[in-house]
Amino acid sequence: MEYVIVGNSAAAVGAVEGIRSVDQKGKITLISKEPYHTYSRPLISYYLAGKVTAEKMFYRPLDFYERNRVRALLGKEAVALDAVNKVLTVRELRDDSVQEIAFDKLLLATGSKPFLPPIDGLGKKKVFTFLSFDDARAISSVAVPGARAVVIGGGLIGLKAAEALTTIGVQVTVVELGSWILNTILDQHAALIVQNHLERQGIRFLLQTTCEEVLGNDEVEAVKLNNGAILNCDFVVIAVGVRPNTELVQGTLLKVNKGVVVDQRMQTNLPDIYAAGDVAEGYDLIYGKQRVLPVLPIAYKQGKTAGINMAGGEKEFPGGFPMNSIGFFGLSINTAGLIEPGGDGWEVLVKEEQRRQVYKKIILHQVRIVGFIILNEIDRSGILTGLMSERVSVGDFKESLLETPGLVNLPDGLRHARQFGGAQ
Amino acid sequence: MKKVYVREEYCIGCHLCEVYCVMAHSRYPHDLLKAFKKGDPLPLPRLWVEEKGPLTFAFQCRHCEEPHCVSACITGALQKDTTTGVVTCEQERCVGCWTCVLACTYGAIRRDTKNGKMVKCDLCSNWGEPPACVYYCPNEALIFVERGE
Repeated sequence: MEYVIVGNSAAAVGAVEGIRSVDQKGKITLISKEPYHTYSRPLISYYLAGKVTAEKMFYRPLDFYERNRVRALLGKEAVALDAVNKVLTVRELRDDSVQEIAFDKLLLATGSKPFLPPIDGLGKKKVFTFLSFDDARAISSVAVPGARAVVIGGGLIGLKAAEALTTIGVQVTVVELGSWILNTILDQHAALIVQNHLERQGIRFLLQTTCEEVLGNDEVEAVKLNNGAILNCDFVVIAVGVRPNTELVQGTLLKVNKGVVVDQRMQTNLPDIYAAGDVAEGYDLIYGKQRVLPVLPIAYKQGKTAGINMAGGEKEFPGGFPMNSIGFFGLSINTAGLIEPGGDGWEVLVKEEQRRQVYKKIILHQVRIVGFIILNEIDRSGILTGLMSERVSVGDFKESLLETPGLVNLPDGLRHARQFGGAQ
Repeated sequence: MKKVYVREEYCIGCHLCEVYCVMAHSRYPHDLLKAFKKGDPLPLPRLWVEEKGPLTFAFQCRHCEEPHCVSACITGALQKDTTTGVVTCEQERCVGCWTCVLACTYGAIRRDTKNGKMVKCDLCSNWGEPPACVYYCPNEALIFVERGE
């Protein structure tokens, strides 16, 4: 059996581990454009901040490929897919040479690529994106103390970049189109608490603002905003979101929506081709439909699920929902699922302690948790995640949900199930 | 695999399991007095004692078959040992992102905010068998057994 995996992050690693849990013998070839041992993508902001060294970026031990008998083709790009004859064309990035690789089972784990908004002048030097180790290294080379940076986009990626840059002494201005920062994971109230916290660290925010043009000759000198203002700066980081990296499958027989369409076994519409991670559309338990769920825990689980099925095992991805644990200068944020309630049948539980920057909001729909936002008081938040993924009716103990979660607050049956530890 | 289970009807909430968990993970893992008098900085207990009126019980990591914390770990520091089944964290590689805290549906993970690292039950793998919490529980409210799942 010839397994081929395109990608080298969480979903790809999950797939290797999934395949090897079923099939010790089949040949695994892994192809990755990036010339690095598998590394943790979220750690790039820690690298930029100087908190993690290049040697500590690895996501699995250095003998990972060897131990799992993986032929790792790093620094090579899969450029064409012949889904009918099951052949991949792979280009060596160093010398542009091309080879063809046949597969019995293929996993697409090509992840996301940065979305580039229509801004004039993005081609100038010192305009960066922030998704890869190379991005972090490139930014690192210009991010000297006292430099001025404009970060376009106040989401997760943009703010992690802003935090890292501030840590090393760069003056950062964040330009955000929306009315508040982190608007995919926080409501406006929580976002304001976080924004105030970040402002106290020296980050400047321009909300409801967009960048119209990057100015400068060869190199960035300033950005022009939609209100006409000109912001002088030494470099720009574009972080307005990511899109599934579906390039390889465009024009093939594979069904692509926003991401590659898969079933609960992570199989595409073609029987021997699978997709997992940011490039795929997984089942969202809360929305009740397939959609792109670009978070690492889900990528790993989907990859592992795909790997097991590719190797002849039987496994379904049970579904998930977006969840993020992120922190900025000591302020911890945990969020999951929906952030705003709808109409009838919805309920919102809120608790706030301004002095400690504690905010907790739990959203219920038909007495089930469908989302939460927690600032700072995040201990044991996973108990809520569990109630959410198990679709538990919380009516009987609703009033305890705003306390620090504990099994002690759960009804006997649920508590005992957890104590006996069979429930997954 | 053998895991620690609580029999809440025998637990009196004395917290000795926490005390001995701290000792077992301290610089003096076999000397209670030295652990507490000279072991500074003391580690955090890796289990939780939960209390509500007469209901009390100790609770720690279930060492799941498919651990959510391992799937969720952004650095790869959390791993399930393929031989022993114990879920452990390579402390040096933990960056304190707390994704595991959000992912563990048992709420079994503790934040060591001072060191910016997560801590969790390691079944006293480096201490002995049974784990210290079980060994020192005065009421046998904690047991270390294989139950199957």
